[in-house]
Amino acid sequence: MKSVKSLLILGLTLLGAGTLLTGCGVDPSAEDVLFVYNAGEYLDPDVIDLFEEETGIKVVYDEFETNEIMFPKVDADPTQYDVICPSDYMIERMLQNDMLEPLNYDLLPHAINIDETYYEKSNAFDPGNKYAIPYFWGTVGILYNTEAVEEEVTGWDVLWNEKYKDEILMQDSIRDLYIVPLKKLGYSLNSMNENELKEATDLLIQQKPLVQAYVVDEVRDKMIGDEALIGVIYSGEAEICIEANEKLDYVIPEEGTNIWIDAWVISQGSRHKEAAHQWIDFLCRADIAAMNFRYVYYSTPNRACMEEELDEEELENEILFPDIDQYENLETFHYLGKEGDRMYFDYWKELKSVY
Amino acid sequence: MKNNRRANSFALFGMPYYFWAIAFIIIPLLLVLYYGLTSEAGTISLENVFAIARPAHAKALFLSVLLSVGCTVVCLLLAYPLCLIMVNRQKAQNSFLLFMLIIPMWMNFMLRTYAWQSLLEKHGVLNTFLNTIGLPSLHLINTPGAIIFGMVYDFLPFMILPIYNALQKIDPNLIHAAHDLGAGFWQTLWKVILPLSMPGIISGITMVFVPGLTTFVISALLGGGKVLLIGNVIEQEFTQAYDWHLGSGLSLVLLLFIVINMILSSVFDREGNGGLL
Amino acid sequence: MKKTKRNLGNLYIALIFIFMYAPIVMLIIQSFNASKSRGRWGGFTTFWYQELFQNESIMEAFTNTIILAILSAAIAVVIGTAAAIALARMKKRPRQTWLGITNIPMLNADIVTGVALMLLFTTVNVQLGFGTVLLSHVTFNIPYVILNIMPRFRELPPHIYEAAQDLGAGPIEAFFKVIFPEILPGVISGGLMAFTMSIDDFIITYFTTGSGYNTLSTKIYAEVKLGIKPEIYALSSIIFVTVLILLILLSRSGSKGRKMVKEVAL
Repeated sequence: MKSVKSLLILGLTLLGAGTLLTGCGVDPSAEDVLFVYNAGEYLDPDVIDLFEEETGIKVVYDEFETNEIMFPKVDADPTQYDVICPSDYMIERMLQNDMLEPLNYDLLPHAINIDETYYEKSNAFDPGNKYAIPYFWGTVGILYNTEAVEEEVTGWDVLWNEKYKDEILMQDSIRDLYIVPLKKLGYSLNSMNENELKEATDLLIQQKPLVQAYVVDEVRDKMIGDEALIGVIYSGEAEICIEANEKLDYVIPEEGTNIWIDAWVISQGSRHKEAAHQWIDFLCRADIAAMNFRYVYYSTPNRACMEEELDEEELENEILFPDIDQYENLETFHYLGKEGDRMYFDYWKELKSVY
Repeated sequence: MKNNRRANSFALFGMPYYFWAIAFIIIPLLLVLYYGLTSEAGTISLENVFAIARPAHAKALFLSVLLSVGCTVVCLLLAYPLCLIMVNRQKAQNSFLLFMLIIPMWMNFMLRTYAWQSLLEKHGVLNTFLNTIGLPSLHLINTPGAIIFGMVYDFLPFMILPIYNALQKIDPNLIHAAHDLGAGFWQTLWKVILPLSMPGIISGITMVFVPGLTTFVISALLGGGKVLLIGNVIEQEFTQAYDWHLGSGLSLVLLLFIVINMILSSVFDREGNGGLL
Repeated sequence: MKKTKRNLGNLYIALIFIFMYAPIVMLIIQSFNASKSRGRWGGFTTFWYQELFQNESIMEAFTNTIILAILSAAIAVVIGTAAAIALARMKKRPRQTWLGITNIPMLNADIVTGVALMLLFTTVNVQLGFGTVLLSHVTFNIPYVILNIMPRFRELPPHIYEAAQDLGAGPIEAFFKVIFPEILPGVISGGLMAFTMSIDDFIITYFTTGSGYNTLSTKIYAEVKLGIKPEIYALSSIIFVTVLILLILLSRSGSKGRKMVKEVAL
């Protein structure tokens, strides 16, 4: 183990370079700072620079992988972040836990840029639109390789087809994963019925030998690199994959699926409420929304952005801007309470422990 | 009298550490004990410890033990011959080799483990290579085998170093004597070298078994989310389900394993100079 | 016969080293891959190396890692050295108790240590971040310092300190002139070991960190699920190559350097 020592001596010489650079943490009580907590890869980094330039507010930007990882972090200390961008059901949960600050629309002149449709849809988790401003929306569906998958893919069934053993990618976050069996069985994706969940879990257990991996955002790399042929994926991610690998196509399954809305909220007790409003309003601006749209490539709910900034070709994209009315059984997630979470989590562990 | 005062002034030196150890070693463990032995309502219950018996948890623990034992055995089988080969070589050459063995540690272990994904996956580097030379593809990624593979990769140096140290300390005259007395290679190995290198082996086993048993990173990186280890369960109870009581209860079960491992290794390693330090 | 045996030995060593270095080669290759996606080779580029220095969050994680390692090792050295001095003079029974406690962070599983510290910090309601991570790193670093110094005391002639005082040295002078030089190698090796442990840690940092504070480890873990940014590959390649070059220079720089490499390696 002494050999470790020698490395250390070498290491210390390396430090020269390292210590010249500074920047270890920002005082959370400072005035012109804003703590932003967003999902990964969910914002054009240039937008942060623009915002800092225009407002003189320093942004401390953090990313989370899933809503489930974000929640306990925020719950442990709600004031550590000022603005957060959770998904629909998580906003509902944060509301029930009194973790959000009501919005002051006087400080959000650009909030009218968001299409009325999405405010209506947001009512499901944020009655009266008091707390959340929609940021992106989308569906969950199937991305598949049209060259290798011969039959026409219309529904979730293809994920149980033995032919594609070891070519299937499923989502790893619990609720996203359960969309598939619950919808395939014709149940609600907010089901709290033990029997229905049991049935869904059995279906997943039956499918597990066919699954190559349960992943979050890695579906993208693997589908682009032809590592897998079929994957469950968010519509926006699907679009990115298709751009990179034209053999791929995306379908919204006929049995129905999840339609989701991610929205910006301000945390209860935020120390920089005004800056938080400035941030949200900034993101609602048509030009900024267009920047983020082109970077993230998910469906934007920003009508002004679509009308003023996007060109014909971008708007014709059926994956990003589908005719929602044409699909039945598109459901938003609801927060199922601690008990419901526990139930899903326990069934999920049962699935994961099967080998 | 004078000596006493001196002793006392030295005792004061220890105060910061005593405080530190109590605040950051003892009290946190007591908190795990407290959370593990209470329910959310605050009543004392063993429910969260016995939760290990639930099928999902028991399976995860069983698999963890199995993989960790597997990894320890593979590490031992790889490391021992390597160290035997090395001790018979020149010292200068060896220190360079050992050095080269440690250098990878300077690259973040998660990155290195993650890189195995690109090497092992279906159309990865290894399989492309195997196919080119006419061999069938190896299906390893996202299986328990891949996790053993990753663990062996990460922990092998911790097995090599103590064994090498122990072997190096063996007096070559003992081996010559064994040969002079007519013992062959295998007999010398079995009767002389192996027993004398036991402390190194034991400390290597400890250094590999415990991290292997409790890992949650390697299974996340190479298991494709298909393999649930007890470390994953505990991590997720804390970071996703937010159930500190259950997470602590299961941690207590792990602690039990670690204590057993400590007792076993102190029984075998009576000299108490566990080779690593 | 002997030659074949030696060649077989060389082959075995080579195989082990291929095993150890294959992923590193892979990472270095990835750092030159023009495609952002891991699964595709998009041509050769040095773009990510330029991009790395523009990437604030990665550079910040890197500096955080280094600062944390230096600070935690330094604090651990001060507290640990003082503790070792006190422990060395203690009666056997209490000394063994304290050494037993000192062993806990080393023998315990990282996940349990991490969870335990997280429970402590959230129970007393401290904001998770740099401070809590530093406290945690000092905690697992101190044992390495103490355990590296303790054996040095055993080699010290008994009553040397008292002898120095009897010869007229004051207590502080006696300590720095007589005891300190003797234990210095242990202090240095303990401090360096603490430094590496801190650099290498992921699990304990993961459980005790809060908003806005990332080390390289936590940064990489978060990115694994989102797809690792090629800049990270570039950074690790730089670190790796720097260490490698320093090692080779040191061992080539004449007998003194070779001796140093040899000395520290074993």
